[in-house]
Amino acid sequence: MAALEEEFTLSAVPLGAGPDGLLGVEQCDKTDQFLITDSGRTVILYKVSDQKPLGSWSVKQGQVITCPAVCNFQTGEYIVVHDSKVLRLWTNEDVNLDKVFKATLSAEVYRILSIPGTEPLVLFKEGAVRGLEALLAEPQQKIETVISDEEVIRWTKFFMVFRHPALIFITEKHGNYFAYVQKFNSSVVSKYTLLLGQEEKSVIQSFTASLCRKFISLMSLSSDGCIYETLIPIHPSDPEKNQHQRVVRSVLLKTVVSGNARNALSVLDQDHVAVLGPPLPASKECLSIWNTKFQTLQISKELPQGTSGQLWYYGEHLFMLHGKILTVIPYKCEMSSLAGALGKLKHGQDPGTQTMPHFVNWQTSQGLGSQNSEPSKRILRRRKIEASVQPEVPASQQLLSNIKKDSEKHIEIELRKFLAIKRTPDFHTVIGDIVIGLLGRCKTEPSFYPRSSLMQLIQMHVLSYSLCPGLMEVALEKTDVQMLQLCLQQFPDIPEAVTCACLKMFLSIGDDSLQETDVNMESVSDYSDAVQEEKMEEQTGILQNGFNPEEDNCDNCDKELSEKPQNTIEETTSCPVIPKRAALLNAVLHSAYSETFLLPHLKDIPAQHITLFLQYLYFLYLKCSENATMTLPGIHPPTLNQIMDWICLLLDANFTVVVMIPEAKSLLLSLYKFVKSQICICSELNKIEVSFRELQKLNQEKNNRELYSIEVLELF
Amino acid sequence: MDAFGGPIWSMAASPSGSQLLVGCEDGSLKLFQINPDKIQFERNFDRQKSRILSLSWHPSGTHIAAGSIDCISVFDVKSGSAIHKMLVDRQYMGVSKRKCIIWGVAFLSDGTVISVDSAGKVQFWDSATGTLVKTHLVANADVQSIAVSDQEDSFVVGTAEGTVFHFQLVSVTSSSSEKQWVRTKPFQHHTHDVRTVAHSPTALISGGTDTHLVIRPLMEKVEVKNYDAALRKITFPHRRLISCSKKRQLLLFQFSHHLDLWRLGSTVATGKHGDTLPLSKDADHLLHLKTKGPENIICSCVSPCGSWIAYSTASRFFLCRLNYEHDNISLHRVSKMPAFLRSAVQILFSEDSTKLFVASNQGSLHIIRLLEGSFKHLHTFQAQSGTVESMCLLAVSPDGNWLAASGTSAGVHVYNVKHLKLHCTVPAYNFPVTALAIAPKTNNLVIAHSDQQIFEYSIPDKQYTEWSRTIQKQGFHYLWLQRDTPITHISFHPKRPMHILLHDAYMFCIIDKSLPLPNDKTLLYNPLPPTNESDVIRRRTAHAFKISKRYKPLLFMDLLDERTLVAVERPLDDIIAQLPPPIKKKKFGT
Repeated sequence: MAALEEEFTLSAVPLGAGPDGLLGVEQCDKTDQFLITDSGRTVILYKVSDQKPLGSWSVKQGQVITCPAVCNFQTGEYIVVHDSKVLRLWTNEDVNLDKVFKATLSAEVYRILSIPGTEPLVLFKEGAVRGLEALLAEPQQKIETVISDEEVIRWTKFFMVFRHPALIFITEKHGNYFAYVQKFNSSVVSKYTLLLGQEEKSVIQSFTASLCRKFISLMSLSSDGCIYETLIPIHPSDPEKNQHQRVVRSVLLKTVVSGNARNALSVLDQDHVAVLGPPLPASKECLSIWNTKFQTLQISKELPQGTSGQLWYYGEHLFMLHGKILTVIPYKCEMSSLAGALGKLKHGQDPGTQTMPHFVNWQTSQGLGSQNSEPSKRILRRRKIEASVQPEVPASQQLLSNIKKDSEKHIEIELRKFLAIKRTPDFHTVIGDIVIGLLGRCKTEPSFYPRSSLMQLIQMHVLSYSLCPGLMEVALEKTDVQMLQLCLQQFPDIPEAVTCACLKMFLSIGDDSLQETDVNMESVSDYSDAVQEEKMEEQTGILQNGFNPEEDNCDNCDKELSEKPQNTIEETTSCPVIPKRAALLNAVLHSAYSETFLLPHLKDIPAQHITLFLQYLYFLYLKCSENATMTLPGIHPPTLNQIMDWICLLLDANFTVVVMIPEAKSLLLSLYKFVKSQICICSELNKIEVSFRELQKLNQEKNNRELYSIEVLELF
Repeated sequence: MDAFGGPIWSMAASPSGSQLLVGCEDGSLKLFQINPDKIQFERNFDRQKSRILSLSWHPSGTHIAAGSIDCISVFDVKSGSAIHKMLVDRQYMGVSKRKCIIWGVAFLSDGTVISVDSAGKVQFWDSATGTLVKTHLVANADVQSIAVSDQEDSFVVGTAEGTVFHFQLVSVTSSSSEKQWVRTKPFQHHTHDVRTVAHSPTALISGGTDTHLVIRPLMEKVEVKNYDAALRKITFPHRRLISCSKKRQLLLFQFSHHLDLWRLGSTVATGKHGDTLPLSKDADHLLHLKTKGPENIICSCVSPCGSWIAYSTASRFFLCRLNYEHDNISLHRVSKMPAFLRSAVQILFSEDSTKLFVASNQGSLHIIRLLEGSFKHLHTFQAQSGTVESMCLLAVSPDGNWLAASGTSAGVHVYNVKHLKLHCTVPAYNFPVTALAIAPKTNNLVIAHSDQQIFEYSIPDKQYTEWSRTIQKQGFHYLWLQRDTPITHISFHPKRPMHILLHDAYMFCIIDKSLPLPNDKTLLYNPLPPTNESDVIRRRTAHAFKISKRYKPLLFMDLLDERTLVAVERPLDDIIAQLPPPIKKKKFGT
């Protein structure tokens, strides 16, 4: 429900408000700050939550501000017009308005319009519109006349329609009202007739507008006290034909104020409007919030000292002049709904979950870069006047420039500082840029190898191979197995050639040099207690249920195998590689690959390394088969599928080589025998599974319903 | 009105909504002016060689792009002449296909035209120069639909392989402002052709031949997997397709081109919970009523007495009288329907079958008195001034005094049938009504909304009932609100005034208003507790929502008499089995 909170005043000193009240209240680029322009000579910047002024600027005696000051959201400057034609631009640091940038224009300005996200527009009294940038480049340019003689602009508003600025202004001529819509990208002006004076005797007192899909919803408060709504298309169907098109005005709310006083209107959201004015001819002035959907008065607040008939609404604050004092009334409103009206809208939150209204914002990852890189001519001009302003350099740029010259130690400290600050949406690309910067220096300076910095960056979990293509090559060059292991674990997109190069290095590196490195041993558990299980495994050959292995003619291989049983047992019981190498190989096993691309590279590995790797894989395979779940002990061990796939791949790639080497022969035989016994078990399991499935089917048939059936159901 | 160009293949309203462009079989493009009262022909555009299959307006309304066969044309709306003709390559992966059909075009405000075609390409064209900018080959089969977001920074295409691809406008590198269209995400939620796609600010919506509507929220950054970020699949229409004659135990099934009337079987046996009883009489297929012409049936109804059937297509209304003589039935069409009964959105008979209520597509409601073999027009409630919305749901009170009607957004109107005047209007709610029913005796109107809220409104008192206020105050169980499918039918037990029976596609529920409401900590789906538990436990765990998921997917459920419920299931496998086969994909060596 709509609620007006306790009001507070902004200025203890009465503003120099004339009989017409203030010139304007405008938003600033910082939240909570507003520019107040009185109808005399002064502009005051207020911080609303603190209720105190941050700055105040006045024009010289004899000069008069004719247009409310606005903030240029792109540069943070303030702009004001005095004596109708003189433009002044200044910032917070300026003290005297006489000494700031000044531009004298050739025509009288009606208003400067500024909203976040685009450059300010200048609307001239004759209806022409210019961008501020273009106007400042050539202040004395000729300004055309758009509206006719005796036509006066009454009200204007500026919108962003799908990133394109659009401007609406209302003119009056002898009681006739016209609306002009100008889209800035097409620079076509569409004119609509709002109200013809001879038809109705009412005068429109106040306008407000909001954007409603493809229409501007223009609301007007008439002197008969009713609020009317007019929908004006943003995209006119045929700009030339529809000149002077009449738009329909429909009554939105009837007689909300008595007509004769100075009343004001402001739209708050899609269902609510705020109306300032006396509800009855005799009564005091009131601020009322109306719900247009349900046509109800939500809340009303009396303002006994009278107002100037002006109302501004920004964010959650309503501004008005109460007596002589600028008053702010915070306003809150929930979406109106029937369920809300009845008592409960919805459950606030689902149990156990947090609402995360973050939709993907396509802008976030792109917007940052472009905003920074956009060099503004305005900034340049200002620097001529005051050369002290230093544009803010993003921390990442700073770090990148440091990387080019600083020592390893220093970079590491800087990096730690950088990583400690808050993550931006494009964090991963920034990290990528930093790594590339570091690698670039590695390549030019052979002695430079910022190992700990790189490790730290990899551990941010945001890098991928494609973000820093050179990283693994450099690590391979430096034989940095620890870094390679980390990369294999972290990167999702390592090319097969690089994976294979890592594998080659892990197999060829000497045991002594491995012992010195600090490799993550998480994936390797203690395999030494294998002696006990080994016996059981031999028994699988005998314990075959309902299946005779002799039927498969493999007598010779059995025979051959029995010739040197000692040898094979030895091979299978103990791990063929030292634990550190095992950990590295496990990292390779875990990495993703595509067979087609991996196979050619596997052929390049020397034969003895192939045998060693096969031995290790066979060993892992045996370990897997030891328990029912077919898994290895330890944290994050290689899975059975990974092991099997790699065995197949190695055999595929190096079949002829493996067949030719004598030391591989026994390994192949034992592998073959073991696989065969496994297949036997699987076929038996298959049989069991089929029988179970049949049982299941029989069970299900009972519940199967016919096309039409009558059932008995006991309902509670 | 006729466009005089043969079948119309495409249609597009101008951005301002004041003009309509149609593309015809003979290659002509015709512009119509839309006025509040009628549509008026304005101008022909330059005629093209072959049929116009797709149209898209430039957001400013000055140009349009038209997709035809083998080419895309860009027209200037003011002059009506083609400024550019862009030929599309027929080549498809080196093989020249017979024709390349442009299934969809989209005109962006920067002048880029995006086309999707039967060769599986998504192509970007520059409409100013008429040149091809970029090609994405996304499928081995047709790309059939395209939808662009309002922001024009992302779009979605649907292919005949059932895949939906998401394209986004992203920066080429992190620091440059140069942007490029990149294919970002593929989704495979359909088994058959994706015929249409839509792009909302927060979700991609696709609909296909496999009868599914899939809503895929774009909420990748949600850390907690919650209900709003979940994928939705909607299969059944949110309308009632089956009506039931309680007296004669008949069910009328509405198909797109025919109606089937079945008489339910019966049994003499009894049994305990869970038993399937042997049938003493099987269900009979009484009638198969085919419509003439190509129009689909929009709505249908069988009267409670079983002797009337009414149905309507897009342009005609039919009323039939059924006569039962022992086992034979005969059907007489009531001829000479009045001119105002051209097309109906919803039809309903009063409980005593003497009155027929017809909601026309013009927003008015007609009441017709049915006599033996003829009818008499009683009254027409005109649409509320200012709305053209038609009433898509009707409900009549069992005593025949009240008629409730609801459109898609403007609240529920309750009419007094005796005095033929509007009695009251239930205030509009943010979500559309999905089911309506009036309870016997109390004349409480029960309204189910698409956000799963249920309101009970007392018609005589013109206010929400105490129970409705209580449940709104306490709120519904979160699992109740998270159901995917809307309530499609509400009925009441004549002897148990505290019960409301309702169902959606996956469950049916009996709400017992006398029991306490469940809160979020209680189990919502509370199966029948075992009988051996003590009464105390049963009472403690009991709450107002008794839900059964025994039958699903449930198309219809109603109370036949005090002891009989009829439920109609529509297994999805049966629907999929009847669909045309999807594009065959070659997999490995097969």
